[in-house]
Amino acid sequence: MSQRHFLVRVALSVIFMPLLAALQAESQAALQAVTQTGKKQTPIAHAFEQRQGEGERIFEQNCSRCHTAPESFSPRISGTIVRHMRVRASLSQHDEQELLRFLNP
Amino acid sequence: MLSPMLGFSLSKMAKSARFAALALATFCAARCGIAQDTPLISGGVGFFSATNGGNTTYQPIIEPLIAAPIGSRLLIESRATLLESFAPNVGGQPGYDHTHFLGFTYLQADYIASPHLTIVGGDYLLPFNTFNDRLSPIWINNLQDGPLIAGLGIFSSGSGIGGMLSGSAISRSKYSINYNAWFSARSGNEQFNSKRSSGGRASLYLPDSRLEIGLSYDRLLQGTHENFYGAYVWWEPKDTAFRLRSEFARGHHAQGYWIEADYRTQAFGGLNSWIGRFEPVFRMQQTFRRDTIVSDGLPLVNTQRADFGLDYNLPHNTRILTSYSRQFSSSGNANIWETGIVYRFLIPTWKGKSQ
Repeated sequence: MSQRHFLVRVALSVIFMPLLAALQAESQAALQAVTQTGKKQTPIAHAFEQRQGEGERIFEQNCSRCHTAPESFSPRISGTIVRHMRVRASLSQHDEQELLRFLNP
Repeated sequence: MLSPMLGFSLSKMAKSARFAALALATFCAARCGIAQDTPLISGGVGFFSATNGGNTTYQPIIEPLIAAPIGSRLLIESRATLLESFAPNVGGQPGYDHTHFLGFTYLQADYIASPHLTIVGGDYLLPFNTFNDRLSPIWINNLQDGPLIAGLGIFSSGSGIGGMLSGSAISRSKYSINYNAWFSARSGNEQFNSKRSSGGRASLYLPDSRLEIGLSYDRLLQGTHENFYGAYVWWEPKDTAFRLRSEFARGHHAQGYWIEADYRTQAFGGLNSWIGRFEPVFRMQQTFRRDTIVSDGLPLVNTQRADFGLDYNLPHNTRILTSYSRQFSSSGNANIWETGIVYRFLIPTWKGKSQ
């Protein structure tokens, strides 16, 4: 049994250590990309992207937490999807509105 | 030159035309608003195969989901499961034996009463921990099998018949608190089976650290009254496709935990590159029996299991799931090999009006 525990620990270490290292590297790369693109924006584009960003943030935090986003869907069902998400993920009213705006820019 | 009478008539007509145009615009705007609320059909269709201890089963499965909004506050939603399970005949007989299952997973009405309160009625999924109501659909679960402790706190049917209050109690930029509180009546109906019970779940989410912590409790209110306790932690670091999920559950006769990690790399051309579509998954789980009374679907003896999965996210919402699991217990160790493919569909029920 102790040998099995040892093997499980080794397996966990082998899996998690490279993962954590890769995660840290990707986080830093993403942060640099955001900083670089932010310098070239006009105020209007920046405001638009901020609103989009808010919806995207809500999408990432609430929808992508459980499932991968579908590749595409008809705009006719975007309201239904958002209402379904509001119930399933207990979204606030504000989040629901921002998410709908994100799905229908 | 126009006569005064004709001028008056034209002016009246222009006013009427303006009124009609305004009414039409209002109607169109209302229709456009409604047009986003066309009922949808979603779900997953898949084919799974599993080899457990040398016995192979094949399982075509479809899980359709329908969601239909009515007015601005009501949503009717339902999910069902249709599956056929094939296994080779025992005793060296040629051919396959098969069983089938067809049943509602849930059928509920959701009424959004206020920004912080949704009232749910009908046959709803019990929100004990996270697996049952969030991760159980075949197009969401990273592995074919649910965790070994998935049966704790959901009273075998996984759903309750009655009412539930849920919503976002507090939603701030730094944190949010969600809640569910429910009561279920007893039902022996074949399609809508439930046990008399009540319970609740509360969770705290910290968006900056992408950390969610939740607690669950429920109590069986028929036969021998039993309490079930649950706790879960989810962590999904920002700007990565790494997810760490874990749950602990303790029942009257058994307890256990699972930890699952999955990851997709963005380092080689993003998530949609051929390499970014690979998704390694690892789940570690243990169950412990507290006594020998078996009423919760957990293994009869203490069990440890490690699942190593490798999923591939194909274009067009299709996913290949493969995994190897090694299960250790005093009743014998086993290797479990699983492969499957799942397609997720999401379509409007009818054409409706486009924007």
